[in-house]
Amino acid sequence: MMAKHFLGDTNVLLGRSLRHITRSPDTIITTAIMPIAMMLMFVYVFGGAIDTGSDSYVQYMLPGILLITVASGISYTAFRLFLDMKGGIFERFQSMPIARSSVLWAHVLTSLVANLISLVVVLLVALLMGFRTSAGVAEWLAVAGILFLFTLALTWLAVIPGLTAKSVDGASAFSYPLIFLPFLSSAFVPTDTMPGPVRAFAEHQPVTSIVNTIRGLFTQQPIGGDIWLALAWCVGILVVAYVFAAVTYRRKIS
Amino acid sequence: MTDGTTTEPVIRVRGLKKSYKAVEVLRGVDFDVARGSIFALLGSNGAGKTTAVKILSTLLRADAGEVSVNGFDVAARAADVRESISLTGQFAAVDEILSGRENLVLVARLRHLDDPRGIADDLLRRFSLTDAGARKVSTYSGGMRRRLDIAMSLVGNPPVIFLDEPTTGLDPQGRIEVWQAVKELAAQGTTVLLTTQYLDEAEQLADRIAILHEGRIIVNDALAELKKLLPPAEVEYVEKQPKLEDVFLALVGDKK
Repeated sequence: MMAKHFLGDTNVLLGRSLRHITRSPDTIITTAIMPIAMMLMFVYVFGGAIDTGSDSYVQYMLPGILLITVASGISYTAFRLFLDMKGGIFERFQSMPIARSSVLWAHVLTSLVANLISLVVVLLVALLMGFRTSAGVAEWLAVAGILFLFTLALTWLAVIPGLTAKSVDGASAFSYPLIFLPFLSSAFVPTDTMPGPVRAFAEHQPVTSIVNTIRGLFTQQPIGGDIWLALAWCVGILVVAYVFAAVTYRRKIS
Repeated sequence: MTDGTTTEPVIRVRGLKKSYKAVEVLRGVDFDVARGSIFALLGSNGAGKTTAVKILSTLLRADAGEVSVNGFDVAARAADVRESISLTGQFAAVDEILSGRENLVLVARLRHLDDPRGIADDLLRRFSLTDAGARKVSTYSGGMRRRLDIAMSLVGNPPVIFLDEPTTGLDPQGRIEVWQAVKELAAQGTTVLLTTQYLDEAEQLADRIAILHEGRIIVNDALAELKKLLPPAEVEYVEKQPKLEDVFLALVGDKK
């Protein structure tokens, strides 16, 4: 019914959220700082003791760090959405003649932009720390595509607590397990050093296939079935999270 | 106690019911609001005022009853209702990180109006916020914030405005500023429905006052008529004009 306004309204609301980010860039800095600190610590403190079979540890762990960056970035997506819900501005938007879904889409697009900036910052630090790749344009595009899908999936996941949380802490706490998931994967150490049950979990959870794919693309090693598994995980999480978020949103606004 | 002498009311509510799980908040509410008037919905905390406003502004669905705003049914033609109204909710619905002017431009863009900047400048002037227009809203006082909030509701001149407890939490100065703004609105022919728990606020502003108590409208009349409802015995004792507060307490029973 309001479809003719959808793009225009989303654009206006996106402009608003982006202005929030440029006026308080601390959210992007905070998002980037933790993965950067982890990278420094792992490379310069633990890295020497970890045998990954590759020549440089930053090379090995960067894919996992990028995923951690996204996982901590989307907690701000939930946070920003929660603040809008809590203050009256959400109700104001809902009582106005706008395309109602554009309120949500503006937050989703903002999340993509904010995470992109954080990812670029982390990547630049990694380059300073000696990360080098022989990846060509096609491999870079594939890495960007997978990170985009992963961010989009986690963003829709973040929308759910953003809409339903009762407190600020509740809105962002959901991301903690996501941040720690890479530790139980192939992100920092090869999974074959882990004891049986842990190894079984690590090898079958989404992060491992995504990390292996990105690592393979960066080092131009054969990726095998990992890329399809990674895509299946991302799309699967995206679809489920989107459906739940959409149902939650509809319940909120009717 | 509705009067059928006026022309088509701009807000019409009949048999409105709403429950949250087992709690019946509205148990059959009826009232009309005449075009261009200020109508006050008066009641204690939890009387159902906000629920009624949310239903009128399409944020909540009613369980039963007929509700129309500006001739449109709120359930069937919600989009048309949203074109006709503006809501200023209980908590100032302003963006703290944007400036006052940016807030107004944002709303003007979302209402798909031409010249959002011109509209913003005009409203800043009308609400004496021109000097503060470029400042972040987080630096505003409570009264300024509420004035901006109301100014945002006026973008696009919607014929009907809902103000849900517009002065709750404001200091006396802020209150007077908001009252002034509401009076100016009505002077331009906008219909205002406001809810309040402050009796003097209703007395100051409203052409007509309805008291919502335990989910029903127990009285709905002009202030002058309401004052006549006082028990005669009490009127004899009081030399000065009785206050609305007395009417309210007499009607809802002595629950101080």
